[in-house]
Amino acid sequence: MSPVALPGSGQNVPGFGDLPIWLVLIKVLLVFVFLVVMTLFAIVFERKVVGRMQNRIGPNRVGPWGTLQSLADGMKLAFKEEIIPVLADKAVYWLAPVVSAVPAFLAFSVIPFGPTVSMFGHRTPLQLTDLPVGVLVVFACSSLGVYGIVLSGWASGSTYPLLGGLRSAAQMISYEVAMGLSMVAVFLFAGTMSTSGIVSSQDHLWNVIPLIVSFCIYAISVVGETNRAPFDLAEAESELVGGFHTEYSSFKFAMFFLAEYINMITVSALATTLFLGGWRAPWPLSLWHGANAGWWPVLWFVGKVVAFIFVFVWLRGTLPRLRYDQFMHLGWKTLIPINLVWILAVTSIHVLRDRGWPAWKATVLPLGIVLLLIVVPALMAYEGYTARRLAAAAEDDEDAGREEPTFPIPPLDLRVPTSPVRREPVTAGLRGGATALDRTIDHGDTSDG
Amino acid sequence: MLAPYLPILLLFALATGFAVFSVGIAPFTGPRRYNKAKLDFYECGIEPTPQPMGPSRFPVKYYLTAMLFIVFDIEIIFLYPYAVANKALGLFGLVEIILFVATVFVAYAYVWRRGGLDWD
Repeated sequence: MSPVALPGSGQNVPGFGDLPIWLVLIKVLLVFVFLVVMTLFAIVFERKVVGRMQNRIGPNRVGPWGTLQSLADGMKLAFKEEIIPVLADKAVYWLAPVVSAVPAFLAFSVIPFGPTVSMFGHRTPLQLTDLPVGVLVVFACSSLGVYGIVLSGWASGSTYPLLGGLRSAAQMISYEVAMGLSMVAVFLFAGTMSTSGIVSSQDHLWNVIPLIVSFCIYAISVVGETNRAPFDLAEAESELVGGFHTEYSSFKFAMFFLAEYINMITVSALATTLFLGGWRAPWPLSLWHGANAGWWPVLWFVGKVVAFIFVFVWLRGTLPRLRYDQFMHLGWKTLIPINLVWILAVTSIHVLRDRGWPAWKATVLPLGIVLLLIVVPALMAYEGYTARRLAAAAEDDEDAGREEPTFPIPPLDLRVPTSPVRREPVTAGLRGGATALDRTIDHGDTSDG
Repeated sequence: MLAPYLPILLLFALATGFAVFSVGIAPFTGPRRYNKAKLDFYECGIEPTPQPMGPSRFPVKYYLTAMLFIVFDIEIIFLYPYAVANKALGLFGLVEIILFVATVFVAYAYVWRRGGLDWD
C-alpha cells in the first residue's frame, strides 16, 4: 500500500506565524483578562441563577444588582490567614494550586473567538494560536489539571483531602475517556483536529444536529470532567467536607476555585467550537451577511458559552448528587459502549457515502447492522440479566420468609391479658422521678447542641 | 516552526506568573494568628485520628481505574488519526478500524465480566 498523505500534518495554519510580538502579547493579555472576567461573571451568574431556582434573590448587595460579589469575595480571600497543616508536604502543598490553575489558562489558547479581523492595522484571526492538533492541546491541559488536584489531596496529609483527591482523579480520567471518544465523530466530519478548521467545516450545518449522540455524551462527560454537580463527588460536602481543597485557605483556595471555573468555561467554549458552530451566528441572525464578519462573532461565541454555563448551573440547581458507584457505572458501562457503537456507525456511514453510495442506503445499512448485531443482543442480555436478578431477589425473599429467627417470638395466638386493677395512686414518687428524668434529658440536649 | 507555539508559551508565562505571585503573596497579605488547633488537619472539629507519618496511602482500587484509563486512552489515540485521515484510508481503513474496535471490545467485555468495572 502506498503511503497516505495525512491532511493537516506538517503545515501550519496560516495567519498565526507572521504577527509582531507585541500584538501576540496583547492577544495573550486579552485571553487572560477574558478568562478572569468570565470567571468572576460565572460565579455571580451561578449564584444568581441558583438563587432564583430556589426562590431566593441571590447576592444583591455588592455593586449594582450584586454583580461585584465575586470580586469582593476574591479580595476577601486575599486578606485571609494562610494555614498550612503540620503534616502537609510543604513544597507539593504550595505547588498544587499553581499546577491546577496554569493548565486551565493554557487550554484556552486554541479556542477561536471569531474570524480574521483587523487589529491595530494587522489582519489577524481572533484566536491565540492554531495547531493541526488543536483540540489535543485542550485535552492535554485538562489531563494536566488532574495533577494539581491529586497532588493537593496527597500533600495535605489529611484523610478527607486524600480521599477527595483520589476520587477526583479517578472521576476525571474515567470521564476523559468518554469525552475523548465523543470527539472522534467531530474529527471525522471536519477531517481535521484544528479548532478553526472544525469551525469552518460547520458553515452549513452545526455538528450538533448530525452528531446529537456525540453531543449528549460530551455534555454529560464534561460535567464529570469538571467535577460539577451532580457529579461533584470529589467535594461532596456531606461525605468529604470539601474534598481535595479542605486544607487550603486564602489565595491557594482561590486558585482552585479559579481553575474549576476556568475549566467550566473551557469545556463550554470547546462544546461551542466542536458542536455549536463556534463563533458562527445562530440561524435567524445568520441570514444577515454581516453577522459572521468583523467583531460580531465574539458576541455569538460568548452567548453560546454563557448558554452552556447556564446548563451547568441548571443541572446543579436541579439534580441530586449521584452515588460514587452509580457514577462510575454511568461512565464505564453506559457512555463508553454507546460511544464506541456510535463511532462505528458514523464512520461506516461516512465511508460508504464517500464511496458513492446513495445517502439512504449508506445510512440505513450501518444503522441496521448496528441495531441487529449490537443493540438487540445487548437489550436481550439486559432483559435476561434483570429477570435473573428479579428471580434471585424473589428467591432471597422466600428464603427470608422460611428462615427460623434466632430471637424468641411470642406465640401467634397470644391473648392480651386483662389489665390489673390499680389499687392506690403512686403520683408523688412518679412525679419526682419524672422531673429528675426530664432534667437529665434537658441537660443532655443542651450539651449536645 | 515554533511560531504557533509562541503564544502558548507566553500565556504559560503569564498564567504561571499570576499563579505564583498570588500564592506567594498570600502569607504577607493575610493576618498571622498562631493557634495550634488551626495547624491540625480538619476532621469536622473532632480530635483527628492519628496518621502515619508521610501521606502515602492510596487504595489499590484506583490503580485498576488508572490501568483501564490507559487502555481506553490508547484506543482514543488510534481513533483520532483515523478520524482525521478517514477520506484517504477509505474502505480499507473502515474494515481495519472495525477490527480494532472489536478487539478492544473483547478486552472491555472481559473486564466487565470479571467485575473490573464494579465499584465495591
